[in-house]
Amino acid sequence: MQITLTVNGAAREVDIDPRTTLLDVMRHHLDLTGSKKGCDHGQCGACTMLVNGRRINGCLSLAVMHDGDEITTIEGLGDPGNLSPLQAAFVRNDGYQCGYCTPGQIMSAKGMYDEFNKGWPSHVSDDLTAEPNFSTAEIKERMSGNLCRCSAYPGICKAIEESAEEEGLTTRKAAE
Amino acid sequence: MTEHLKMDQVQPHLLDETGQGVLSVPMPRPEGPLKVTGRAPYAAEYKAEGMATGVMVRAAITKGTYAVDTASVEDMPGYLGVFTDKMVRNAAQGTMGTNPAQMGDKILYLGQPIAVVVAETFEQARDIAAVLKVDYTEDDDAVCDFDGVSDWPDSDKPDQGDLDQAMSDATFTVDSMYTTKPHNSAAMEPHAALAEWDGDKLTLHGSLQMLGYNRDEVADSLGIDAKNVRLLAPYVGGGFGSKLGMSPDCVGAAVAAKALGRPVRVVLSRNNVFEMIVLRTATRQRLRLAADKDGKLLGLGQENWQSNLPDEPMAEPVDLATHFLYGGENRRYGQHVAILNRPASGSVRAPGEAVGMLALENAMDELAEKSGIDPIELRLRNIPEKHPETGVQYSARSLAEALTEGAKAFGWDKRQKAGTRREGEWYIGMGVASAARTNILMESRANVTLNPDGTALVQTDMTDIGTGTYAILGQIAAEMLGLDPQKVTVELGDTDLPKSSGSGGSWGAASAGSSVFLGAKAIRRKLAERLGCDVEALRLQDGVATGGNNRRPLAELMDAPITEEGHIEPGQTDEDFHQAGYGAHFAEVAVNAVTGEVRVRRMLAAMAAGRILNHQTATSQVWGGQIWGIGTALTEAIEHDPRTGHVVNNDLAEYHVPVNLDVGDLEVMFIDERDDASSPIQAKGIGELGLSGAGAAVTNAIYNACGVRVYDYPATPDRIFPHLP
Repeated sequence: MQITLTVNGAAREVDIDPRTTLLDVMRHHLDLTGSKKGCDHGQCGACTMLVNGRRINGCLSLAVMHDGDEITTIEGLGDPGNLSPLQAAFVRNDGYQCGYCTPGQIMSAKGMYDEFNKGWPSHVSDDLTAEPNFSTAEIKERMSGNLCRCSAYPGICKAIEESAEEEGLTTRKAAE
Repeated sequence: MTEHLKMDQVQPHLLDETGQGVLSVPMPRPEGPLKVTGRAPYAAEYKAEGMATGVMVRAAITKGTYAVDTASVEDMPGYLGVFTDKMVRNAAQGTMGTNPAQMGDKILYLGQPIAVVVAETFEQARDIAAVLKVDYTEDDDAVCDFDGVSDWPDSDKPDQGDLDQAMSDATFTVDSMYTTKPHNSAAMEPHAALAEWDGDKLTLHGSLQMLGYNRDEVADSLGIDAKNVRLLAPYVGGGFGSKLGMSPDCVGAAVAAKALGRPVRVVLSRNNVFEMIVLRTATRQRLRLAADKDGKLLGLGQENWQSNLPDEPMAEPVDLATHFLYGGENRRYGQHVAILNRPASGSVRAPGEAVGMLALENAMDELAEKSGIDPIELRLRNIPEKHPETGVQYSARSLAEALTEGAKAFGWDKRQKAGTRREGEWYIGMGVASAARTNILMESRANVTLNPDGTALVQTDMTDIGTGTYAILGQIAAEMLGLDPQKVTVELGDTDLPKSSGSGGSWGAASAGSSVFLGAKAIRRKLAERLGCDVEALRLQDGVATGGNNRRPLAELMDAPITEEGHIEPGQTDEDFHQAGYGAHFAEVAVNAVTGEVRVRRMLAAMAAGRILNHQTATSQVWGGQIWGIGTALTEAIEHDPRTGHVVNNDLAEYHVPVNLDVGDLEVMFIDERDDASSPIQAKGIGELGLSGAGAAVTNAIYNACGVRVYDYPATPDRIFPHLP
């Protein structure tokens, strides 16, 4: 099937087997291997990408469902010589070890900032209607869909906290 | 030239004399920008001209024989072939260097790889694999559960003294049975191989920890000369033991590529990883401690029961640390390995200590409770002067410092009597456990090249599985050559480069690091000659050499690059000293009085592992150990169907590795130490030390919180709740 995706700002036409996941279109057809495949079942979060601004697991979605959608993958954030603030913070804080879950962690955090800005509550929010607090507990809860077996969670949280403002977080920070 | 050192005697602390000051300090990983932008390529991300895709087929019966019916799928779109030739039963064990069992048409466990299906695309191959008809003949004598073992093999471990007598003489005794469930490494990157032949020569991109050994394993499995195999693994998405040995995807891809005359890529599914790769055996452990009225050990015993497939050269060394951690005259060990029809058992991070230290350190906590002695004081009283079984002296051993300094930093003095601290519906408690991990030095080689422009290159087939190899090897070279680490390039993960120790057993940093140290040391000698000074007087800093009243930039001393090979081998210090890393883990947990749920509020690890090569990456390694400790204590358990051995929870939804919210505040401190016996860089392994005892600190804290002793791991709410006060 012929579909068009806007990937990292550029229109990309692909002719694909309808069984192809959005993740595999990136990895196998567009040579965008930054999005990782850790489980292919939406369990690990390594394939997290933004679709029309929202974070999803690329492995759980068929590409043909996204004709006309805007996709942002890790390759759309920054280059090795020109890192985005969040990417730089991951390097600074050792927010990874092997690096395999890292693109997913970063894309998930990008999506999460926006969810904070929109006032979305989480499982650990005390008040579902109040503006959510940008607390460590909130970050941990909202990032728990992204597994890191190297267990770099302390560095991941620190990177997310440190670069929040530069990444456009408008939610107030926790009064800690 | 090769600078060779057999570690026969203690070496001077050259790295404390060099002046660049870039070692030990925290330094972000040089490959970081590639990782955070998704540009670091892992095995499955390489492409080759004309590449086809393979998918593994798993056995759907537990025991018997099989034949694939290729006619059932030949007409499917994209079909290229089904291959069963040379299929290996499971991944190789670490440092095996030979082929894993090749079973022909025999099946010994559910999930065993039996074929690789190859098609033009992944989608096609996946569907063909699902449709492929396999004819099975089932045996009815499979044994899949400990309870079905009729005849446990005897242990060949000799006793020391008389533990039974010690138990009857003792003032305080502990005699407890502990059980642990099987564990999976669950590295985030599934194993993958891209095989490409050029005549007789095979090039394979793999997800592997120990390329030198893996090359031999691939060659032996295929029946070809290892000289004709080149392996590449510059980036590896985690290992934790699961990639020590060559995995079945390597053979599947190589066989198919040879037959089809085109490159083939095979990526294991997550389910495959849980079945075809080794997992940590389940264990039953009997722990006995006999102590006098002062809590001094008169004897101890640790016997274990575990399982594996036939002919696997690996058993979980459950009692590894128990042999040397605490004193006591009378000692008994026992290891009983049954043959079960389950996936192969093998190395998962910290084989031995990961489960053995749970039981030992829980038992020590029981002894502390019974004797009324503070758990830290009890451990301090039982630190032996020399190895209690061999009489060999210890090298650097900062267990006491780790316990006492860790306790101070953690606020151990605020710990209350078990079951007395409550906050709302939560019981709060603190626990401690010792950490110990045998240190191993392995033969390793590296080339170091210094260029006249003040840049340097390090080359070795060593891997970086997230452990920080790129960072620390660059730092060692930079420190030795007086350079900014940014001017040092490190090339890894290619068997065309000098053969290293590989990543495993926590020996990588000290072993590969020593080879880089030696190569750079040889370069220093050459530079000293050219400068006209004794090498002892040479000082290299920021690209300038100083010594013997001379001061010259490197460019003036060199008109061509200097390359030296460093080659380290273990030697006599391995016999003369017992070497291990030591530490102490502390945990504070909250146990829900209504549900039995456990939350880890905070942990502190005080670690002593010789020279710390990079405080940032070493801290990350210990974080990893602490969090794995949380997983082993609370959530991680492979559940085998007792009838079939099936890994029921063979994915990341049902095998529960810790997630971000499972982890409280973590603190890591290092005890300043040099281990002279370990290596010329005085460093010891840290990655597995960080896990050793970590889970026991959590379960000891559970006891302190609510008075419930965990004997069956993991401590899920159903194992806590029924026993709550």
